Amino acid sequence: MLLKEIKYLAGKEIRLELKQKYVINGILLYLVSTIFVTYLAFDSVISVETWNSLFWIILLFVAVNGISKSFIQESPARHLYYYTIASPQAILLSKVFYNLLLMTILSGLSFLFFLLLMGNLVMNMTLFLVNLFLGSLGLASVLTMVSAIASRASHNFSLMAILSFPIILPLLATLMKVSKSALTEIQWTGNYSFIIILLMINLTVVILAYLLFPYIWTD
Amino acid sequence: MTNNKYPSGMNVRTFIKESWWKALSGILLIYAVIYGFFVPLPEMSGMGSNLFNTMRNLFYHVGMWFTMLAMFITSFVFSIRYLSGFRTKYDTRSVEAANTGLLFGILGILTGMIWAKSTWGAFWVRDPKLDGAAVGIFIYLAYLILRGSIENLDKRAKVSAVYNIFAFVMLIVFLIILPRMQKSLAHPAGKGEENAVLPMNLDQNMRYVFYPAMVGWVLLGFWIWRIRVRIREIELTTYDL
Repeated sequence: MLLKEIKYLAGKEIRLELKQKYVINGILLYLVSTIFVTYLAFDSVISVETWNSLFWIILLFVAVNGISKSFIQESPARHLYYYTIASPQAILLSKVFYNLLLMTILSGLSFLFFLLLMGNLVMNMTLFLVNLFLGSLGLASVLTMVSAIASRASHNFSLMAILSFPIILPLLATLMKVSKSALTEIQWTGNYSFIIILLMINLTVVILAYLLFPYIWTD
Repeated sequence: MTNNKYPSGMNVRTFIKESWWKALSGILLIYAVIYGFFVPLPEMSGMGSNLFNTMRNLFYHVGMWFTMLAMFITSFVFSIRYLSGFRTKYDTRSVEAANTGLLFGILGILTGMIWAKSTWGAFWVRDPKLDGAAVGIFIYLAYLILRGSIENLDKRAKVSAVYNIFAFVMLIVFLIILPRMQKSLAHPAGKGEENAVLPMNLDQNMRYVFYPAMVGWVLLGFWIWRIRVRIREIELTTYDL
């Protein structure tokens, strides 16, 4: 039952996105132009630390921009309609699933553009991509929940940022740690524990969101 | 509603029963503040001498953090209790605990910065303890801004309780994984260190001040919290009129 609801709701999200192409195009352009600005700002080859920090900070801002619309895109009347036909958990999980899809695409594209413009410094590509996917999942779940919270307030971009940045730090710190290791060495040793930490953080966030979302969904 | 526990003159026995901990807090803190300036410090020279000259700050700085943590835990607990029943009094307790915790957190940062300047040479250094403390402050400042941007009182209480629970759990996760991310360079962190200001290495004379001071500060925090809760409850009733 829940899975079926999630399937329909996530399908609705995707159709909605394809219908209003300017939203996703806007985020894509934001991504490309931000990376281009960093490319112009550094006129020589950059160090591994700089590459790593720039990449994740850009991805964080792209994610905040892309996900902040999750709960304000549709009208309150339509939310009321969803409220009557679907469980809050299904609404939340479908949004998380859709945002995961979105974040996977956005992080993949960011990575490609970064490779193109800032140079390829990655030594362990598999580890980097695994980390990137876990990062997409984490960013999608945390930011979906925060955008639900922010959408209940008189919504603005800065509220979304100030609510999410301190919360996202454990995730971001772990991601940057693993990513730096993927940039500097080939072997995996020592990174398994961080991968497990990432999985645990993601699990914690999804469980918390699953438990808490019904309280903000009802008025 | 307002507190009407003492309708006709205060009974001494009820006063002792209800308020003994406030008196205890006062006595402990007066003792700690006065004796804290006179207690003989352990002999130290060489590397430790910077620390030696400023060691008395231990009685004041550490207490701020204990109280801040106690207040944030209180705020978290009352947020959960608010969500299981939606009673406004729990929301009031939660937000005032966050406010009191922030007060102590900012005092903790200030006392820590003064101490850091004189022992390590800079007001801020890169260290897990300091970063964790700063993130805690950011979370509760964001919590207050979130509250400010919602007009409806019930909605405000509900949404901010959700954020409080979510953020507190993530703060705990951050504090657990942070020491794995970066090595502690300066701030004493715990097990196996020889730093003289850690509780297990603390000089016997200083312990006589340190432990009473910690209990005193935490009790003072709860006292401030109780007063703030009562003030807010009065404000809420007058707001209704």
